[in-house]
Amino acid sequence: MKGILCKSIAFGLWMLATFSVPAMAAEPELVEQYGAAAAEQTLIVRSTADISVFAPVVEAFLETRSDLTLIYEQWGSNDLYTQSRAECREGEPVADVVISSGVHQMVKLVNEACAQSHVSRETEQLPAALRWRDELWGISREPAVVIYNQDLVPPAEVPKSRFDLLDLLRPANTPYAGRVATYDIERSGLGYLFAFVDAQEASTFGALQEAFVRTQAVRSCCSSDIIRSVADGRYLIAYNVLGSYAQGYQQQDDRIGIVLPTDYTLVLSRALMIPKGADNGAAATDFLDFLLSPEGRRVLRQALLISPLLETEEGAEGETLSSTALRPIGLSPALMVARDQLTRETFLKRWRVTFPGP
Amino acid sequence: MTSLLSRFGATSLTARVALGVTFLLTFGGIIVSIAAFAYGREAARSAYDRLLVGAANDIASAITVVDGNPVLELPHSAFELLALAPDDRIGYRIVGPNGQTLTGYDEIALPAGLTGYNDVFFDGAFFGEAARYVVVSRRFAERTWSGTIRVVVGQTLKARNAMAVDITRKALYVLAASGLAMMLLAVLVVRAVFNPLKRIAGGLAERDPHDLTPLDTDVPRETAMMIQALNAFMGRLDRQMDSMRHLISDTAHQLRTPVAALRAQADLFSDEQDPERKDRIVERIQTRSASLGRLLDQMLSQALVIHRGDSVRRERIDLRDVVLDVFEEGDHAVLRPDISVVPQLADQPVHVLADTTSLQEAVKNLLSNALKYGRAPVRIGTTTENGVASIWVEDDGGGPDPEILSALGTRFNQSGLSRQNSSGLGLAIAHAVARSFEGQLVLETHGDRTFRAALCFPEIKAEAA
Repeated sequence: MKGILCKSIAFGLWMLATFSVPAMAAEPELVEQYGAAAAEQTLIVRSTADISVFAPVVEAFLETRSDLTLIYEQWGSNDLYTQSRAECREGEPVADVVISSGVHQMVKLVNEACAQSHVSRETEQLPAALRWRDELWGISREPAVVIYNQDLVPPAEVPKSRFDLLDLLRPANTPYAGRVATYDIERSGLGYLFAFVDAQEASTFGALQEAFVRTQAVRSCCSSDIIRSVADGRYLIAYNVLGSYAQGYQQQDDRIGIVLPTDYTLVLSRALMIPKGADNGAAATDFLDFLLSPEGRRVLRQALLISPLLETEEGAEGETLSSTALRPIGLSPALMVARDQLTRETFLKRWRVTFPGP
Repeated sequence: MTSLLSRFGATSLTARVALGVTFLLTFGGIIVSIAAFAYGREAARSAYDRLLVGAANDIASAITVVDGNPVLELPHSAFELLALAPDDRIGYRIVGPNGQTLTGYDEIALPAGLTGYNDVFFDGAFFGEAARYVVVSRRFAERTWSGTIRVVVGQTLKARNAMAVDITRKALYVLAASGLAMMLLAVLVVRAVFNPLKRIAGGLAERDPHDLTPLDTDVPRETAMMIQALNAFMGRLDRQMDSMRHLISDTAHQLRTPVAALRAQADLFSDEQDPERKDRIVERIQTRSASLGRLLDQMLSQALVIHRGDSVRRERIDLRDVVLDVFEEGDHAVLRPDISVVPQLADQPVHVLADTTSLQEAVKNLLSNALKYGRAPVRIGTTTENGVASIWVEDDGGGPDPEILSALGTRFNQSGLSRQNSSGLGLAIAHAVARSFEGQLVLETHGDRTFRAALCFPEIKAEAA
């Protein structure tokens, strides 16, 4: 598997020169190229998933397509949305495949006719909630979890649900003051989405927000930063962290513990779309069909993108969740509410009250 | 084309009904399909229009004014409502009082001339796809801010079209089922309709060849017409056979006596030696054979009249023509050159429904009677009176004896006369002709000496013709 892998790291400037991205445009965080360098076809995948997490999936796909060079660009979700939208308006998409955890942004892109349609046996087997208009598909299953530092949080105090978390933060001299972290929703599309869906889902979020204000909780930008800080003990607890990253980290560093909130657990499916007019649409649909095929799902599960945490139900080990507690974030036009400019401003205004500037 | 038409003429009734029903179902089906599609589209449109209005109102009611600014948090429920059309893209735009977009898609153009505050629907496009929009207005009159905010919400048409097609498809299923049922029903009905015909045909086939009694008319009204015609036809056949039988028996009866008399005279002649007597016998034989000839003539003419009365189509004829024909034929001049015959014709045509030949025969007989038994002058003419048209022969004799008059019309009344050198068939013929054409023979004596024999018929008015 490693044998055929030709891995090279390139930087944004290189990208700029080679693919003539508009000068004013945002840039990917990281770019890697897979597959034979001399292959006749090139597939450009833009994704919010960390390269290290997604690489095994890409490699498994390329094993079935030796004629393909795959360029993987890692983007921040907000940048990816802005860039994709701008390219869509200009009618010159650069990417062949766009995968984002900011599914509300993807819904908005599809709503603006930026995607092309594809129907195959694999896409038809997806549940209706995980596809929209046959232009947007949910490829992963990742829970939003609470993580904690195993050494510093006594087992009795590990919050099993949002109510437990509220109880921890309630005492005036709580040791958790200033040591609970969550996403900075202004900078992270995913964090905004989780917070927004939380606000829709239950009234708990209002109380939680109020508790965060009182205890001066910390906001942070990215999944990996938050997880590492919890492991280091800088923060004791982090709320609404993407389960796949947390579990991936936990496999190397067991200082963190993972909890699926029992009151309800949001489940995110990263959304994939093929931009309208993509240069290599045929390879893009092949990539999609591969991700949805049994083989693709197996690789995704290995990469923790289809989370094993959600499957403990059958194993009846550890903490199990009733199926009603799982709240998948479906791909529906209703998600556009989250992307609405005025709604976003109102929501963020409230957020800024909670977390005054640094 | 003509061969096709003629072939159609011979097509079975079942095939015709099948063809008719098929045509009906096809055209009806096309019309109903079009109607169903129109209805489906209308139903889908109104159903999803309501969704739009609901969502727009939901959004409009979520607008609040905070610190002198309109503030909106889009209600999730509004979009859930719109997501009931799961695969349709959603366009929305919130427009402030000055036409500036507060949020949503700038791309959505408001229709021109939007002034009122009612909900307005309009068709437009959304990123290249046809879409339908509604505009809902909300007016604010707060201390810090006042004005009208318009909420535009729209959707692409996928769900609407799918629903319209679905409704149409279901309607077509029902249509196909009912069409099939109608076909089945038509087959059953046609079978039921033809049952009486089969029964009639079976009844006819089983009949004795000589049985000409009327068929049972207790059949459906439409076939009753046919049965009645058939019965009338059989009645005519029956009457003709009757009259033929009568003719044969009459002829046999009437010829037997004079022929026997002739044979007797001939026997006498061969036995007689006396030349003087022989001469007398020859004279008698001559008289007898002449009388037999006349009898034969009359019998044949009676047969003719009776035959024609039943078999010849009636025509509209002018009685004056009959008079003139008889007069111009001039039999009377041969028969009795000493008696003058005077035609007296009406000014107007005298129309009746009858057969010219029969009438001529009857009038000739009446005329010859008048010439034989009456006295000059003999008049022949036509009159119309109270809707009765008559053709008559008049003379100045006293007419026949009352007992002959009363026996008139029976078949053997002439037997008494036949022995004399005449046949009494003349009046019988006239009587038969009168009866065949719904008329009657009227014999009247006017004053002392005028006897008139008239054939009276219902008159056909000229304008009714």
